[in-house]
Amino acid sequence: MAISLKLNGETHKVDAEPGTPLLWVIRDELKLTGTKFGCGVASCGACTVHMDGEPVRSCQTFIEDVEDSEITTIEGLKSTPAQAVQQAWTELDVVQCGYCQSGQIMSAVGLLSENAKPTLEEIDDYMDGNACRCATYQRIRSAIVRASEIMEA
Amino acid sequence: MNVSSSRRGFFKGAAASAAAVLVIGVAPSGVIAAANSAETTMLNPFVKIAADGTITAIAKHFEMGQGPSTGLTTLIAEELGVSMDAIEYEFAPSNPKLYNNTAFGPVQGTGGSTAMFNSFKQYRQAGAAAREVLLQAASLAWDVPAAQLKLEDGVISGDGNKAPIGEFVAAASKLTAPENPRLKDPSEFKLIGNANVRRKDTPPKINGTAKYAMDIQLDNQMVVTIKRATRKGATVTSFDDSAAKDVKGFIRAATLPNKAGVAVYAENTWASLQAREALEVTWDNSAAESRSSEDVYKELMAALNTAPEYNLTKNDQAEIADAIENADKVVEETFYFPLLAHAPMEPLTCTIEATEDGGVILHDGCQMPTSPHAAIAQILQVPMDKVQVNTMFAGGSFGRRATPTVDYQVEAALSFVMTDRRRPVKLVWSREDDITGGYYRPAFAHKVRVGLDADGNIAGWDHRVAGQSISKGTPFEAFSVHDGVDHLSVEGVTPTQYSIPGMFAGLTDIKPATTVLWWRSVGHTHTAYVMEAMMDAVATAAGRDPVEFRLAHLAGDTPDQKRLTGVLKLAAEKSNWGKGAEGRSQGVAVHKSFGSYVAEVVEISGDAENGVKIEKVTCAVDCGIPVNPDVIKAQMEGGIGYGLGHAMRDEITLENGEVIQQNFPDYEPLRIGDIGEIETHIVLSTQAPTGVGEPGTPPSAPALANAIAAKGPRVTELPMTKVGINFA
Repeated sequence: MAISLKLNGETHKVDAEPGTPLLWVIRDELKLTGTKFGCGVASCGACTVHMDGEPVRSCQTFIEDVEDSEITTIEGLKSTPAQAVQQAWTELDVVQCGYCQSGQIMSAVGLLSENAKPTLEEIDDYMDGNACRCATYQRIRSAIVRASEIMEA
Repeated sequence: MNVSSSRRGFFKGAAASAAAVLVIGVAPSGVIAAANSAETTMLNPFVKIAADGTITAIAKHFEMGQGPSTGLTTLIAEELGVSMDAIEYEFAPSNPKLYNNTAFGPVQGTGGSTAMFNSFKQYRQAGAAAREVLLQAASLAWDVPAAQLKLEDGVISGDGNKAPIGEFVAAASKLTAPENPRLKDPSEFKLIGNANVRRKDTPPKINGTAKYAMDIQLDNQMVVTIKRATRKGATVTSFDDSAAKDVKGFIRAATLPNKAGVAVYAENTWASLQAREALEVTWDNSAAESRSSEDVYKELMAALNTAPEYNLTKNDQAEIADAIENADKVVEETFYFPLLAHAPMEPLTCTIEATEDGGVILHDGCQMPTSPHAAIAQILQVPMDKVQVNTMFAGGSFGRRATPTVDYQVEAALSFVMTDRRRPVKLVWSREDDITGGYYRPAFAHKVRVGLDADGNIAGWDHRVAGQSISKGTPFEAFSVHDGVDHLSVEGVTPTQYSIPGMFAGLTDIKPATTVLWWRSVGHTHTAYVMEAMMDAVATAAGRDPVEFRLAHLAGDTPDQKRLTGVLKLAAEKSNWGKGAEGRSQGVAVHKSFGSYVAEVVEISGDAENGVKIEKVTCAVDCGIPVNPDVIKAQMEGGIGYGLGHAMRDEITLENGEVIQQNFPDYEPLRIGDIGEIETHIVLSTQAPTGVGEPGTPPSAPALANAIAAKGPRVTELPMTKVGINFA
């Protein structure tokens, strides 16, 4: 079926069967590969994108359910919290292999967009669904705190 | 300095046809040459400088997160005299003559925490050689002795002259580089050891532009997933793809030539996954594995209670058993370690495409280019020199990408060979494929019996190890199996750096139940746990402080003992050992692996019944000269997290030969809230650099176990959650 997809401020016409995960439309049809495939069962968060500003797992978000929504991927990030997060991630060199980091950043931006000054406990709760096999968690936590400071400044 | 006017200096790369590009390298023999690829063989090119001054370090080690894209670049930049911002890097092509790991012999690859260890001198020499040949070119241009010139921040100056190095690339490329360039004295280092040097791979990894093999999107590519047998050794009898044909984008299914599975070709990943789901396969299970983890467990325990197959210490076990029997106190523990999957964040994948000249390119987060290079040439019947390996970022590995069987690249090649080769073939593994796909950290068991004399000193130590060898029956056997003993099964027990009087150690191999592989820190994953849990149990039985007891057994004057003492004292000091906060318990472990020395103190709150919370880990590491201190800290943090997460709750189990766990919900990764804080302290050393990717892992789990044992049970079987330890 033909679907009109609003992604990163542009409208794309895509042909996909109902039930197709948004993840695979983004990666294989639109060739935007910053959004990652990690588990396919919404258990690792590597595929996190924003749907109307809220983080969702694109591997369990189906194409027929997003037609009326604005989707943002890592490539389309430009909000103030996003800039702060990317600056903090750079200052602290959070990444190792980096494969989960698009998803981590999308979730961190989601957190700071709704709560500009999260406590460490709130950070741990919010980021719980984003797995990092390199275990960069300590830096993720510190970078979110740092991004919050940058936003406040 | 040896200068000539040889023309052997131009490298005309395809991308630099208009620009002179200088390639400098160090041959394995130590001979340095600037070579023209159009005319001659290039010798180990590690530095490329274009006429516009663009400098590129050629990284012979792949980047799985452990930092060589930063580390190798740092070495070149340091000796060349440029800032980190002025130098880029790219991954080397497959060419073991030029890019072999000097610790591996004639093989190009990354592993064993050797990247910095085997590159430190080589890359500095390459950077220094580039520097000297550029200075020589400036010397000739300005008619000023080279000794009066200096190269700093990419600019050559002296005697009133000043110009960027780009101006001398063309001239320098006509000169022969010096054989023995002067290397900086460590006191001159600006970048090596500088904690402010930032990772080179951060920028593309925070904006989605970093390209991993999973991100390959070639024109007209097909995606292949493979329906594999759920039991090792089963083969395909037949398949029915009638339901798969209803999946839009499905192309075809075909049994792999080795009958290990059915390749499902489709226009995209989702179609391939859907069609694979719809495929019905009939398996021949006559040769399939049918054992369960319980059977393996029983086999291991039986092996511990019979005479060991190999006497590792070459001494009299009966005599030591007697000494223990007659000791004042005896401490005995039996340990069990389950199978573990690596589960790198990026599921395995690689892509093969044909080139116009009849060759192929492998796009891969490639850990050991030499192995898939040869395998692909053989399977596709393509000459070796027509196989290219495009090494991309790897989304983690932890050992998984380096298999003796070249497993996933061979699958891709077998899938490609069954096509007309006109379309690129991208092989994709799902997470389920990864968790169930074998190549696990083998299950191991240890039984240790220690006698203590009346003064609380060790009177005898009887140590039995049983498990499945990683190396036997593979091409790596020659490297790690000696007199029948696979060193990878016992490293960390024999040798141990502790002075233990009357130690016997024995090993028994058990027959393979599944495919096994090195897993971040290999044998040390279980040997460090056993040695450190036992040292703790014995110290407790002797009524001695665990740190003091360890120091007493490291009191000799070997470099190993001194460096272990150094990190142990540092970790104890920084963790306020013995003075933990109210309601908290501390546990310590110290271990040498991959040439590096690491001590860790884990501090917990809570208890096994109501939930243990890991509040803090204090780590001290001595890895020689710390080239990139912040990368070293990151590797300690990651290694600790990897060790703790699996010890807490992960295992792979078999039932009638089938793997039970499927995906992250039942192979639960460490999560952000699991560890409160990790603090790493680096010993300032002048020794040559050693490994950091793996050494953080071995002490982590035993330090946690020892913290739990301080006020609760001693955990001798992993994962901890399986034996009644709850985590908050």
